[in-house]
Amino acid sequence: MKPFIALSATAAPFLHDNIDTDVIIRVERLVGLTGHGDLGPWCFEALRYLPDGSENPDFILNQEPYRKSEVLLAGANFGCGSSREGAVWAMMGMGLKAVLAPSFGQIFYNNCFQNGMLPVVLPRTSIEEIISELRPDTGMTSVTVDLERQLVVSPGGREYVFETPPLRRQALLKGLEADDLSLTLKREAAIAAHQAHDRQRRPWIYESVEVQS
Amino acid sequence: MPGRTMFQKIWDDHVVADLGDNVFLLHIDRHILHDLGGPGGILSVKQRGLRIRNPELTFATPDHAISSARGRAGTSEVGIRLLEGLRSGTRSAGIRLFDVGEVGQGIVHVIGPELGLTLPGALLVCGDSHTCTHGGIGAMAFGIGTTELTHVLATQTLVQPRPKTMRIHLEGEMAVGVTAKDLILHLIGTVGVGGGSGYAVEYAGSAIRSMGIEERLTVCNLSIELGAKIGMIAPDEKTFAYLKGRKFAPAGELWGRATAYWRTLPSDVNAEFDREVEIQVGNVAPHVTWGTSPEQVLPVDGLIPDMADVTDVGKREAAVAALKYMGLQPGKPIIGTPVDWVFIGSCANSRLSDLRSAAEVARGRKVASSVRAWVVPGSESVKRQAEAEGLDAVFRSAGFEWREPGCSMCLAANGETVPAGQRSVSTSNRNFVGRQGPGARTHLASPATAAAAAIAGHIADVRKLGN
Repeated sequence: MKPFIALSATAAPFLHDNIDTDVIIRVERLVGLTGHGDLGPWCFEALRYLPDGSENPDFILNQEPYRKSEVLLAGANFGCGSSREGAVWAMMGMGLKAVLAPSFGQIFYNNCFQNGMLPVVLPRTSIEEIISELRPDTGMTSVTVDLERQLVVSPGGREYVFETPPLRRQALLKGLEADDLSLTLKREAAIAAHQAHDRQRRPWIYESVEVQS
Repeated sequence: MPGRTMFQKIWDDHVVADLGDNVFLLHIDRHILHDLGGPGGILSVKQRGLRIRNPELTFATPDHAISSARGRAGTSEVGIRLLEGLRSGTRSAGIRLFDVGEVGQGIVHVIGPELGLTLPGALLVCGDSHTCTHGGIGAMAFGIGTTELTHVLATQTLVQPRPKTMRIHLEGEMAVGVTAKDLILHLIGTVGVGGGSGYAVEYAGSAIRSMGIEERLTVCNLSIELGAKIGMIAPDEKTFAYLKGRKFAPAGELWGRATAYWRTLPSDVNAEFDREVEIQVGNVAPHVTWGTSPEQVLPVDGLIPDMADVTDVGKREAAVAALKYMGLQPGKPIIGTPVDWVFIGSCANSRLSDLRSAAEVARGRKVASSVRAWVVPGSESVKRQAEAEGLDAVFRSAGFEWREPGCSMCLAANGETVPAGQRSVSTSNRNFVGRQGPGARTHLASPATAAAAAIAGHIADVRKLGN
């Protein structure tokens, strides 16, 4: 996982509530996938293409200058629904690196951090303000997302402070060395001790499956 | 000092380490793998040079990608590859697999409770967002992503932020013809699909207490459609009676110890929740969705919303897009909307009581000639019990197709899709754009309402179905 420290890039307005992960990536594109695949072309498929397979000109990420967006200015409950981590892979596959939204689907929110994509929670009014400053005709569409300072800077220079869970922030700032699994493997002794104690307290959790297996 | 919620009690008993800032390393008691995520997860552990830490706490079954046709005919090449991958991966890791044709095979969220793998107070995870279903037994259960799945296989733990708590009281008595599915759809319509975001939900109240276990599983199943990763219901005597004698439930001396522990789990009377919601269920009618989000729902005898009545700009815009996708006219009754497909199945509604409820409607009637109707039992066990009761015969003689257990058309991961532009009434839990296939139009409903739609050929009020 690459570290995420700060980013200044084109931000696309996509202020729709309840965008679910089925819409971000269809399950059909994930069946039998090995690794993260090349899902970029299928991201937002139902919105991005017309039934004949051509691009839907109404979809924001098909329009200039938003084709090269790295930041998405999204609505509430973004990434709700299915747990599919492919939603994050697909978004990253089309070049997106940060999503700003009033709230996120909980599983999607966790999945973002596992892959180096930054989900930023900002009040809806702040996101609306940022969107109101976008000037695609003059190219004023760049938003800065600074994880080090936990600050978003709008195209017009307004600053918005955000919070990221400290452990997640550290992991993103450092990149791969700090992923959950590497850290947890160092806690094997604590896991073994927990299980030994738990076995006394709740033996059926362990024994009722051992007897039957 | 306030008492503890059931959520907090279960959480506390699973903390391996407090990582600070409200993040914890939690022990996982049960992990269920399916054919979509299981093979890759097992492989990724090997690729990192690690071992499956507790194969005896891990279980697997194919459900997502296998065909629901007789003999599993038509399972795609990829589906077969996944099934083979699940077989070889679980064999080499020593993980118990419930294979095709064997009792134990079925939708992950149907087989967990059915086998007694899901227990009150247990922490259960699965790479599927509807894992919240298992909360109906009093477990803490939630869906996880691919990276988290690998983490669980390798360490039997998971790093999780602790959510806030919400209690939802469902009070009163449900009217005749109204089911647990209708209640939860009504609740989602009231609270919204983001209403539970960031919370672990506990369902309580007299309506919950009077429900059977399978109905409670249906309620908890749609917690994720409220935005809540976790939904749970306090275990009671009904839960214990349901579990007793199940294959992996504690037996003998362990049963006594387990039930004594389970009785300590319900929230203390003085427990405090971050949010409390109360819903009176007495006037709730059968519900059906009209849009592309589960919150876009209405009583079956209601009118499709008129956009002029939707004041919130965002909601109006979403409603306009949804009505366009669904091909519906605002202000018209939803009853009478012609239907092409009916799907009775999925982790929301494919258990024996669901099939009985649908069969009661289908008995002695015929599926309309314009409708193709499927019944996909949730598990091999459900299928066999239903056949022993003759439910399959009721469905078949009414013109329904009786199929093999799995997820099937709920998410169409096995290629079983509703064709573009066609309308389906489905007992599943998601009416998202393209969920049942590109361009498919999905109306969520209860098994009884779905069966009524199959008979009538259009969306119908099951309470007023003629002969």
